[in-house]
Amino acid sequence: MKILEYEAKTILKDYGIPIPKGFTASSLKDIKEDIVKEIGFPLIVKVQIPISGRGKAGGILKANNIKELLNVVSKLLGSIIRGIRVAKVLIEECMDVRKEYYVAFTIDHSLRKAVFLASTEGGIDIEETIKEKPHLLHKIPIDPFIGLKDYEVRNVAYKLGIPKNLIRQFIWIVKAMFKVFDDFDAELVEVNPLALTDNGLWALDARIIIDDNSLFRQKDKLAKYISEEVFRGITAGEKRAEALGLSYVELDGNVGVIGNGAGLTMATMDLIGLHGMKPACFLDIGGGASRARVKEAVTMLLENPKIKAIFMNIFGGITRCDEVALGVIEALEECELRKPLVIRIKGTRDVEARKILKQHGVKAFEDIEAALLELRSILVS
Amino acid sequence: MVVLAHENRYVLVQGITGREGSFHTKLMLEYGTKIVAGVTPGKGGLKVHGVPVYNSVEDALREHPEINSSIVFVPAPFALDAIYEAIDYGIDLIVVITEHIPLHDELKLIHYAKKHGVTVVGPNTSGIISPGICKIGIMPTTAFKKGNVGIISRSGTLTYEVANSLVKAGFGQSTAIGIGGDPITGLTLFEAAMLFEEDGDTKAIVVIGEIGGVMEEHLAEAYAKGKITKPIVAYVAGKHAVPGKRMGHAGAIIMMGLGTYESKINAFKKAGILVARTPYEIPSLLSKVV
Repeated sequence: MKILEYEAKTILKDYGIPIPKGFTASSLKDIKEDIVKEIGFPLIVKVQIPISGRGKAGGILKANNIKELLNVVSKLLGSIIRGIRVAKVLIEECMDVRKEYYVAFTIDHSLRKAVFLASTEGGIDIEETIKEKPHLLHKIPIDPFIGLKDYEVRNVAYKLGIPKNLIRQFIWIVKAMFKVFDDFDAELVEVNPLALTDNGLWALDARIIIDDNSLFRQKDKLAKYISEEVFRGITAGEKRAEALGLSYVELDGNVGVIGNGAGLTMATMDLIGLHGMKPACFLDIGGGASRARVKEAVTMLLENPKIKAIFMNIFGGITRCDEVALGVIEALEECELRKPLVIRIKGTRDVEARKILKQHGVKAFEDIEAALLELRSILVS
Repeated sequence: MVVLAHENRYVLVQGITGREGSFHTKLMLEYGTKIVAGVTPGKGGLKVHGVPVYNSVEDALREHPEINSSIVFVPAPFALDAIYEAIDYGIDLIVVITEHIPLHDELKLIHYAKKHGVTVVGPNTSGIISPGICKIGIMPTTAFKKGNVGIISRSGTLTYEVANSLVKAGFGQSTAIGIGGDPITGLTLFEAAMLFEEDGDTKAIVVIGEIGGVMEEHLAEAYAKGKITKPIVAYVAGKHAVPGKRMGHAGAIIMMGLGTYESKINAFKKAGILVARTPYEIPSLLSKVV
């Protein structure tokens, strides 16, 4: 789960990391003149959406006086940036930055370890810079049982050339970030930039991603920081699927794809692509899906106006094909919308399944190629 | 010989009293797997399909010292602890079926196992099967047949699909290993391939990869260097999938362009590994090299 910048900053602040003075606004009413006065102009207004590259997309603007501030905020609130509607902005003091560092903790899938990343080249172009000059990135793998060692952070501080009087503060900030990473089961804790000012080091931007699998033990702690109403980059359809326990991702095409198991569903999307058609979604009903679950999955795609036809690929192991067939029939009979549906179904009790489906006029195949050809002829006609 | 799941596996089922644990204990017993005991804390003294249940791994081992493998069905919040317990009592093969284990727990369990020389297969795997000999997993057995192709897969159902199409084309399997669908796993693609490389009965290896991670690239590198000499046919799922969620800048910085469908396919091709465009193309490519 992606945590928005202002939420992430509140977490960092609670761990003692210096962040700029600021407040959030969901409407112009949230802008209180006394608070603005206390912080002082110029101010930076930043849209709170869960994507990177907000600055380049026009989501971060400066305001030099109250008139500009009201203008900028009303312009940004409600606007659409990279397909996401802006519901909230963060208004912060503008700091005089002498240098920007990059500091992050994440999980390196190749090393199978958490890593501490740091670079002198902080800022919005960090990715391009590191691509060209990989030696400017310091990467420290972390032992899962010992954690981050003090000397490792100290050595990185020297390598980055952190001013002598700020080395202690740097170590302190990095260790606090690691504590956040550890305490919150994070996949990412990133401060970019960590800004050097005349007044020490400051976390000017922050990004935190929490591992969804850890929410069972993080939910209570997170409730203090997370506002539910804020959009987190998933579509309404994806939200509905999540509630049903289905794995669902929307794509650009017009063929709704349902499979059992992530690998088989992905392979089915690839086959549809190879046959010159475009998948509209990835919908994995998982292992051992019940009739009710299948019905919900099919109904969801029937109700999605982007989808012109549904293609199902089921290889029943734990999943019983006859259960799947009954779920499909129930969905088709109870939903008022009609759409062509082609199903390739094989495995446990597949003969029964195809019989049931054919009795109800559903095109059911054992062979995947035949099923794909049928789908193509439907879409062409 | 087969790999990992051989005839001398005496298996403990951790989480045996749960719905999945109990159901698959029955299926594994029917297949002939030597399941000798189960553990569910607080349920000691029960029997599940005739298998005695104990409160702890310690108790199970006292009564059944022959136990040398474990299959874990314990729910995600408690899985790490169950795996620690199995490792601490000297079990050297642990197959973790449990899905949705937190990443930070996976880091711990993988490194703890490594330190103790224990092989962890998974998490989030459908398990291992050596057709006709032993199944430590949840896969439908009808899809598999004894033979001399080794399968390594990151995906469950896709493995059944591929095994089934191999059988239809006349290729049975020595062993099929599901290494698990999570971004980080215990046994890696490369380590699994090395097991098949050293196995006399395996003539060729089928690899079913997925987008994400860098295990396919590592395997390709090892193949190019000649560490693996047996023919490999590979398929990578996810050409048309959306790239996974972006991990801020850190994800891009660490991956350096690796992990994509193109990166994996190019790495395989460069190394001389045959690449199937669809899972159903695998048998015909395989007949070219076997």
